[in-house]
Formats: sequence, C-alpha cells, structure tokens
Amino acid sequence: MTDFLQLFFSGLATGSIYALAALGFTLLWQASGTINFAQGEFVMLPAFMMLILLHQGASITLSFFCTIVIAIGVLGWLFKRGVVDPLFRFGMMPIVVATIGLSIALRNGVRAGYAADPQPFPQIFPDQVFNLAGVSVSASDIGTFAFAIALVLLTQAFLAKTVTGRAMQAVAQNTESASVLGINVPRMIFYTFAINAVLAVSAALLVTPIYLAKFDMGESLGNKAFFAAIIGGFNNSRGALLGGLIVGVCENLAAAYVSPAYKDAVALVIFMVVILFKPQGLLGRKEERKV
Amino acid sequence: MKQTKIIAGVLGLALLLGLPLLLKNYGVHLATTWLVFVIATMGLNLTVGYAGQKSLGHAAFFGIGAYTVAICLREGISFWLGVPLGALLCFAVGLGLGFPALRVQAIYLAFATLGFNTAVWLVMRNEEHYTGGNFGINDIARPSLAGFSLDGNLAYYYLVLFVGLVLAALMFGLLRSPWGKAFMALRDNPIRAESLGINTRSYTLLSFAIGAAYAGIAGALYASQVQFIDPALFTVGQSIMMYLMVVVGGPGYFLGPLLGSAVGVILPEWLRFAQGWYLFVFGVAVVLLMIWLPDGLLSIPDRLRARRVSRAASAARAAQSQGATR
Amino acid sequence: MSHPVLKVTGLKKAYGAIQAVGGVSFEVQPGEIFGVIGPNGSGKTTLFNSMLGQITPDAGKIELKGQDVTTLGPLELNRLGVGRTFQTLQVFGKLSVRDNLIVAAQEHSGSMFSRMFAPSDSGLGAKADALIDQFHIRHVADKKAGELSYGQQKLVDIAMAFMSEPDLVLLDEPCAGVNPSLVGGISSLLKELNRNPRIGSHSSFVVIEHNMDFVMDLCHRIMVMVEGTVMAIGTPAEIRANKQVLDAYLGS
Repeated sequence: MTDFLQLFFSGLATGSIYALAALGFTLLWQASGTINFAQGEFVMLPAFMMLILLHQGASITLSFFCTIVIAIGVLGWLFKRGVVDPLFRFGMMPIVVATIGLSIALRNGVRAGYAADPQPFPQIFPDQVFNLAGVSVSASDIGTFAFAIALVLLTQAFLAKTVTGRAMQAVAQNTESASVLGINVPRMIFYTFAINAVLAVSAALLVTPIYLAKFDMGESLGNKAFFAAIIGGFNNSRGALLGGLIVGVCENLAAAYVSPAYKDAVALVIFMVVILFKPQGLLGRKEERKV
Repeated sequence: MKQTKIIAGVLGLALLLGLPLLLKNYGVHLATTWLVFVIATMGLNLTVGYAGQKSLGHAAFFGIGAYTVAICLREGISFWLGVPLGALLCFAVGLGLGFPALRVQAIYLAFATLGFNTAVWLVMRNEEHYTGGNFGINDIARPSLAGFSLDGNLAYYYLVLFVGLVLAALMFGLLRSPWGKAFMALRDNPIRAESLGINTRSYTLLSFAIGAAYAGIAGALYASQVQFIDPALFTVGQSIMMYLMVVVGGPGYFLGPLLGSAVGVILPEWLRFAQGWYLFVFGVAVVLLMIWLPDGLLSIPDRLRARRVSRAASAARAAQSQGATR
Repeated sequence: MSHPVLKVTGLKKAYGAIQAVGGVSFEVQPGEIFGVIGPNGSGKTTLFNSMLGQITPDAGKIELKGQDVTTLGPLELNRLGVGRTFQTLQVFGKLSVRDNLIVAAQEHSGSMFSRMFAPSDSGLGAKADALIDQFHIRHVADKKAGELSYGQQKLVDIAMAFMSEPDLVLLDEPCAGVNPSLVGGISSLLKELNRNPRIGSHSSFVVIEHNMDFVMDLCHRIMVMVEGTVMAIGTPAEIRANKQVLDAYLGS
C-alpha cells in the first residue's frame, strides 16, 4: 500500500507539470483557436534559456525571472504577431502546420546550435525526503506539486475574479461580442499568450531538474500535455488540471505495476478511451453545431 | 489557356518517364518514395482538402496497407492480391473512422483520428506474432509481372508511376463528377449542404474511406519498395507530416500532393548541405511558407489573379473619382 | 378543395425557461406568398428552424402537402420539396457561382452511385444559366462565390434555393444587409418566380422580413408574431389597419 501511495504522490507531482503545459495549451485554443503543436518546444526552449543564463553566472531565481520576461516577448508577443495573427483568418490548417514547422525548427535548432546530449540542470528543491505516515515523499515532489498547483489555481483565479481575466474569458467565448463591448480583443489574446509563456517557463523550471535539458524533451512533454488537455476537457480550463494529474498518476502506476515500457503508452490509452466515450473530455461541455 | 495546360501535362509526363533514367540508384529510390507519398497524400487531399474533414491519422492506413502486403508475401500470397486486399481493408476501416466524424465537431475529430492512429500503431507494436512487433518485417520481396521481375529499382519506379497515374486519373474523374462538388459543398458549408439535399453523412464517410484506400495502396507499394517495415514508420508523427504535405502543397488543389510530397520527401534531402542544421532550415521554411502562402503553394496563381483584379478595381475607382470631380 | 401546402398546428418550442414559440398555427395555400413579421425575439427564426427540421419542436404538428413532416430533418425535407435561404449568407465560397447553383439541385434526384458517372453538371447547366440570367448575375457567374459583393452573394443564395424547384420556399430575411437599391430588385425577382413557375403548381413562399414596405408590397397574407404567439393573420391591408398590431409593433 505504501508503494502505491508513494507512486501516487510522485505521479501527482509529474502530473502537475503536465497540467501547466496542458493549461497553457487549452487557454491558447480557447482564446485564439490555435492548436499549438509546438507547446512542448515552448517548454524546452525556456529550459535552455535558463541554462544559458545560469552558465553566465546568474542565480536560478534571476534566470527564472529573466527567462519569463524573454518568453513573454518571444513565445508570447513574437509568436502571436508573427505566426498566429497573419494566419488567424485562414482557418485551422495553416496555423496547425505552422506550429508543426515551428516545433521541428526549434527542436533541431537547439540540437544543432547548443547540444545533442542531455544537459544537467540544478535542483531547485532540497534533497530531503519526508516520511508521512509511513509513506516516503521527496521534497522535490511536494515542492513541484505545490508550485504547479499554486500557479494553476492562481491563473484560474485571475481569469475568474479580475476584470482583465473576465475580459479574456469573454474574448474566448465570443470574440465579436467582446469587441462590441469595448474589450481590446488583440490585447486580451496577447495576455493569453503571455500566460502560456509563463506557464511554460514554470513547467521548464520544474521538469528539467528531473529529466535534464535535452533538445527533444519537448516531444514527449508536448504529447502528454496535449493528451492531458483533451482527456480533461478541451473547452474547460479545470479540465487541464484534472487531465494532467490523471496522466501523471496513471503513468507512474503503470510503469511500476505493468512495465516501464508501457509508461508512454498510458497517456495514449486513456486518451483513446476518453475519445471513444466522451470526446469532449471528462469535464468538457458538449458543443452544439451552430446553425 | 487549355493548350498551355496540355503542353505542361505532356512535359510533366515526359519528365516523370525520362528523368529516372538519368538518376543514380539513390535518386531513383527517392523518386519512388516521392511517388508513393504523392499517392498517399492524394487520398488525404480528398479527405482534408476537398471534403474539409480533419484527419491526423492517415499514416495508420499507410501502415495497414504496408503490413497487409508484407504479411501476405510472408504467407505466400501474391503481391497482386495483397495490394487490393490492403486497399479494401483500408476502405472498410476508413468508413468506420468516418462514423465519429458524424458525431463530433471538427476539433474533436482531429483528436479522434489521432487516437485511431495510436491504436493501430499499438497493434503493430504488440501483435508480434503477426507483425513482428518492434522488429517489424524484413525481406519483403519485390513482385514480378508476367514473368518479368520488378526487383530493379528502376522497374519498380515505373510500376509505382503507372499505379500513381491510374489512381490520379480516377481521382480526377471523381472530382469532376457531381461527387466533387458535393465534397466541396460539404467542406465549405455543411449545414447549407444538408438543406440542399446533399447527404453529408454519406459523403463524409466516403471521403474518409476513399482517402484511406489511397493511403493503403501507397503503403502496400512502399512495403515492397523499402523491403523492410516497422511500426516507427507509421506513427502519429508521420500522419502529421502527411498533413503538412497536403497543407503546404495546397489543400483542395488537384496537383497539391505533387508539391507537398516534394516538400516533405525531397526538400529535406536537398537541405542536407546545411548538415546539422538541415531540419532547422526545413522547419523554418515551413513556418515562413505558411505565413506567406496560407492556402499552400498552389494558391500562388489565384493570389496573383486576385492582386491583378484588386489593382484593376482600385485603378477604376481612382479614374471614376477623378471623373466625378471634374 | 386542395390541401394547403403547409399547415402548422399548435407548434411549441422552449429553451429552458423561455417559451420561444408558444402555440403557433397557420396555413399557407399553394402559390401564396406568406409573410411573417414581428419584433426581434418574437420567435420567427425558431419557428423557421422547427419547420425546416433544424430543431425538433416540443409540441405541435407540421404538415407538408398533407404529409406529417414534424420530425423530419433538412435532408428529407429537401427531397420532399422544401427550400430555404438563411439569415446569414450561406453560399459555398470556393465554388463558382454556377457550381453553387448546380450543387444546389444535383442531389435532389438520383443515387450516389449514379452520380459518380454523371456528367460534371448533372445536366443542370441550362437551368443554372437560366436562373443566372433571371437574377442578372451573368457577369459574375464564373467567379468564386466568396469573391462577390454581399448583395450579389445574397442573390446567389436566393437563386440556390430555387434550383430544385421546391413547392415551398422559406426565406429568412432576404433583404438583411442588402443595399436599399437592391431591395426592389429582390422583390420583383420573387414575384416573378412566384408567378411564372416552370413546371406544375406555383411555388409558395414563407418570408420573414423586417422591411415593412417590402413585406406589404410582396406578400398575399401576413402573420404577425409577438412573444412566441400569433397576434394576427390577414392581408396587408387588414394588418395595416389592425389596431393591436399597430400598437405592439408597427407604430403609427
């Protein structure tokens, strides 16, 4: 039983990282109809950015905050203005393919330009292990989970409780009406992209110490985030959290009780089951075809 | 106008027939691969480009066709039976995949096709007894036709070319018939289409089925071409690349697959001069291409025409306002 | 005594707590142009969508030429001879104007299988050309429908509804967003199509519109809807004189 709980808790930690990436992914879709196939690389790139700053002598905190600023500029503003805005009115196809190209470019650019081997990344949580009622939980797991969940809840609170957040939600639900109400739609969409950037950098900070920085770390992470977002419910931000946690926990359990080889297949299988029986996701609302 | 099209067509055909004779072995192999992907993306172009569906699982059909031929050959069944068998199997499965399309909205359809691809890939990986699991199937034989062996790369190229031309002609005929308009109506405005008596259900299912059959034939041809297949060739990543090929070439343009497959198959080879950076350049090229030409490479003539029309219109307006102020 | 083309009895449809349509009954005679007017939110579009199989009514009956069609969908209704235009433009943007018209009628008869081998225009080329000339859009016939002006697209939209020679055409705000100078043209077109049928019986129309002059000039009879129920049905003259209607909707 203690084994199970240990796996469960460390699964929650990994799952909360997936939730960060999945949340950003869902928000981007809701605000701008963008399916970002480069979401994994949006996490990979800040990981390397922080690494570069660390090598320049900056502290981990400074690197983190500098990278957030850079990410908002590049993954937020530049991505929106350069890729999404020009293609917005052409439907889903060109944006999807553009993000596919982007993910190929970023992945291979880092590989050729920086390194092909995995790069070590400093631990951000102390190396302690706590014993809670017989179950060993590492400080890293607790810290990761706490930080990620706090960020997710903060984002959701921001969206639900602040004026700007509600304006962003209005834009996500009905862009035309929102602009008629005087909401600055392009700016609200930019804020969504900026939030995605912040979530991605945070995910990078939490995941890289464990799995090291590698040019292809985005591939697996991006897939998991994608599946998590859909499992939870693509038109619902709370779904991203649920989906991420489910994937994280089930993966861990499967790796231990079934076989490590099946770890990556778990997200796939849950995804397929959900798609078959509830395509709008566990927390998603059924969307009617509009006349 | 029609004359230039005919001349271009004849030149193109001559090029397809003659160029491989000048190429070395690897060049012929590349050209054959390009043709295989042209056939596969022709099918996807129907589903996605003409019928407006979302399909991110096309590589699964590619794989079903490939494994069908590989397994048939292993069991002593002729290549010439294996290919149509693979096509029929894909047609049936494609019909089945169309059913979720009827129930769910566009974006969820994309996910469902991804899920389907994943399921097929898992079967390929795990059913070791039939598919060889992760090790795949090797020593896939080349067929022979009426005693004439198609072992040589050049001979096999001409087989694939022949099949490709026949399938292209069939597709062209289909799109010219009322079916073509019905597919495009389904794409442009499914609700209006239904109120006009167009059976959107049937056309949706058929767009998936026919597209799948094309991919199946392509996969079958691919199996004997490369003579070794494993599940890694038929992942979601491959489906995404095929989708990329259709969109880059120009969805809904008949010749789109020619260009799209060239971009997907041949361009990475040309970029090898950039050495470690060649995939980076490829990725950047795709992004820039999409920003510049969201409707694909073949939308260039339409855009030039639109620009000419709008320039003429603004010139006419300028002349009119001048005349009015006089 | 001939059947009414359309007979609606006690139609009801609610969205949650809102009774969009609360018991509407009326008849449309063959060859009649029947107008439906009323303030926004009076249930006109819901009524239309129920009649067209887009939504299922909660209660009531819809009969087309004596046949109960209450539960049928848009596909079946089209086959039975019902056509419609939409409030928002619904043309096939990437098809040419001519192809828009051809595809509007090509599925009306025959089977999917026979259509695979049929000629490209399904033999409808001549009819499409006739409508194109009647609607005065010959000069844009080969352009992609999406490239036309709003007014021209509206004409294509209306022409599409007539390609299959339906017995009943439902027009949802045919003048919405149209340049005032074109409204007269649409009115005469509709009168022409109503009076000069090609085959057999006249086409009957049901028209939702807000443009009062248009409705009064075009329609044989008008139904006034307010808050989901029928306030009055009568000739234009009767409606104009109806005090209730004037108070509620038309003003003095």
